Amino acid sequence: MDLALGPTYEAFRDEVRGFLVANRDRFPSPGAGRAGALAWQALLIEHGYAARTIPQAYGGFGAEPDILKSRIIAEAFVAAGAPTGLGGQGISMLVPTLLELGTEEQKRSWISPTLRGEVVWCQGYSEPGSGSDLASLSTRATEDGDDFVINGQKIWTSTAAQADMIFCLVRTEPEAEKHAGISYLIFSMKTPGIEVRPLRTMTGGAEFNEVFFTDVRVPKSQIVGKRGEGWRVANTTLRHERGMLGDPNAIEARFAELVALMEKEHTAGVRLIDDPVLGDRLMALQARVLAMKFNGLRVLTGQIGGEAPGLAGLVVKLQGCELNHQIAALAIDALGEAGVLYETGEHLRAGGAWQWRYMFDLGLIIGGGTAQIQKNIIAERGLGLPREGKAA
Amino acid sequence: MDFALSPDQRLMQDSLTGVLARAAPLARVRSFAGSGEPVAGDVWAELTALGVPGMLIAEEHGGLGLKLLDMALAAEAIGSCVAPSPFLGSAVLAPLALALAGSPAQQAAWLPKLAAGEITAGAVLHEAVAGARDAPGVEASDGKLTGASMFAVDTPGADLLVVADRAGRLWLIEGSAADIVLLPTIDATRRFAEVRFDHAAAEPLAGADALPALRDAAFVILAADMLGAAQAMLDKAVAYAKERRQFGRPIGSFQAVKHLCAEMAAELEPCRALVWYAAYAFDHAPAEAPLVAAHAKAHLSEVSRFVARTATEVHGGMGFTDLLGLHFWFKRVGLDRQLLGGPENVRSHAARLQGLAA
Repeated sequence: MDLALGPTYEAFRDEVRGFLVANRDRFPSPGAGRAGALAWQALLIEHGYAARTIPQAYGGFGAEPDILKSRIIAEAFVAAGAPTGLGGQGISMLVPTLLELGTEEQKRSWISPTLRGEVVWCQGYSEPGSGSDLASLSTRATEDGDDFVINGQKIWTSTAAQADMIFCLVRTEPEAEKHAGISYLIFSMKTPGIEVRPLRTMTGGAEFNEVFFTDVRVPKSQIVGKRGEGWRVANTTLRHERGMLGDPNAIEARFAELVALMEKEHTAGVRLIDDPVLGDRLMALQARVLAMKFNGLRVLTGQIGGEAPGLAGLVVKLQGCELNHQIAALAIDALGEAGVLYETGEHLRAGGAWQWRYMFDLGLIIGGGTAQIQKNIIAERGLGLPREGKAA
Repeated sequence: MDFALSPDQRLMQDSLTGVLARAAPLARVRSFAGSGEPVAGDVWAELTALGVPGMLIAEEHGGLGLKLLDMALAAEAIGSCVAPSPFLGSAVLAPLALALAGSPAQQAAWLPKLAAGEITAGAVLHEAVAGARDAPGVEASDGKLTGASMFAVDTPGADLLVVADRAGRLWLIEGSAADIVLLPTIDATRRFAEVRFDHAAAEPLAGADALPALRDAAFVILAADMLGAAQAMLDKAVAYAKERRQFGRPIGSFQAVKHLCAEMAAELEPCRALVWYAAYAFDHAPAEAPLVAAHAKAHLSEVSRFVARTATEVHGGMGFTDLLGLHFWFKRVGLDRQLLGGPENVRSHAARLQGLAA
């Protein structure tokens, strides 16, 4: 155990901090819109604070992968309150997948505009009949000349309404075993035959969509990987998604917001933070926040050393999403009746964010691999328990 | 940045676990539990041969000069075997009290003997740390101790006692000067006592206000003991779920059982990093140490209680029997949880440390 960064990384941290101080007036303001976000992204790529390890040939900064430097960047941005670079499923999921499995032409066509935010992507994986059992998906792509013709439906497609492009799993080999009949296609959301319907959720917003395909024609060349290998390609992508859910830095930031709320708010003249029952719940959550923070450092050390993350990594999504949900729950309870105010009104706290998070986080506990699927993964891969089988 | 154990630390923990598996198997835990032995001398002799009593003691006094993280790793190994040993009193609290607050003469008189395992030591801290309940605690006047203290640690058979009085000052006194009355508890793997003094002459440990550090160290070591015991229970539950068959298949293939095991692992695995950091902070980040020590103690209390009951359930009816012996682990974490303050008590301390409570 040695938590000092050492001179090389300290110098790097100072460089990142220096950049953020020097460019504070260039942080895009909330009103700056898409143009502001894209200009900021371009500046970040230029300095290696976004698209850091993507090769320069594809529009990235071209640095060697260095997990600790990536973390130093993330922490410095959080500490400075600086907007991070663009995220989204194109950058976090499609780009790494293309780098690993795309053709040279696909890489040259799509990676750079995706990194710069000029092309926005959505993900077409889940279907109404294929959730946890994703490999049973039934959206069909049949051959017709040089094209595939796609018919079917996707669901839980975030950003589908804004997306220019979709990466999509379709069944091309209906007679093959379920994992072997899937292909991974990329195509424009403006292709005729695509209909996007917003999916209203319990939050009152429409954070997801349904996407319907009716005779959508896609050139066969727009496949990533080989025909029938889409499951393997998708697993490459999902591996990149899993790391995003349950991030301990985000949990720590949310906990700090909860403490600030409980210090500011009063009931009958007593600060919420001085209420012994609420204080006990707050302290119980703080212990969990710290455990996940240090667990994150342990996983990070393993990654730097090239070790498989093991149980410490497998539990992050399950525990992190649940903890976020519990932090929001305590904020609502601490606010009492004021905790149920929502959407508008002069008494609303934090724009209703705590209720929205409480509900949306339940969605995250279910999404990206349900809590129950996570427990199967922990038990089978982490503890070596047998898969559910037929009676002997 | 390296958040991991060193190869030496892994080796030390492995060899300790190996020695304890031989020296303190379940049969030995059982015989100690059923006996009136104040100390399991044979187990302590094996630990002494490895240098455990002197781990925290400076090399100039015959010890190994290690840190609290090393002690936590040893405590985890001891907890995983529910081994009877006066580790907390003799290897952690007495050496630490002497190192932090003892005079050079006191250190020279006692530390070499502790390091060599020639004597054992107990700690009488309960009221000063967790508040008085059944006994008033100890008053000091003119260098003499009077009063009674509950839940004293490792005092039966101890040659030396470290005592905190009600004002939080520390005292050194020989075990023979106290009336040590065994307290029967749920946990028969260790000995706890009510310790009474009647105008007993004691030496002050006056070099520093060391009680907060003793409290923090005790929190970390108890958390590590719970980590080891809970991990052992989880391991036993997983092994049982793989081997036990019902309805024609291993019960661990049923999600009802599999998910219990996953929930235990999901709760327990992040605790490992929390305990490591709390121990590391004690020596390397003193400003953070009291808070993370308290959180480690309180959080491991909650998680190990959950693991203890769940692992027992995974074992079905067998888990409830004496035959399997799982109850020794169940009771060990049950005691660690309450000792020096239950989780609510410790969390209110954690809040006060941050100025968050009224």
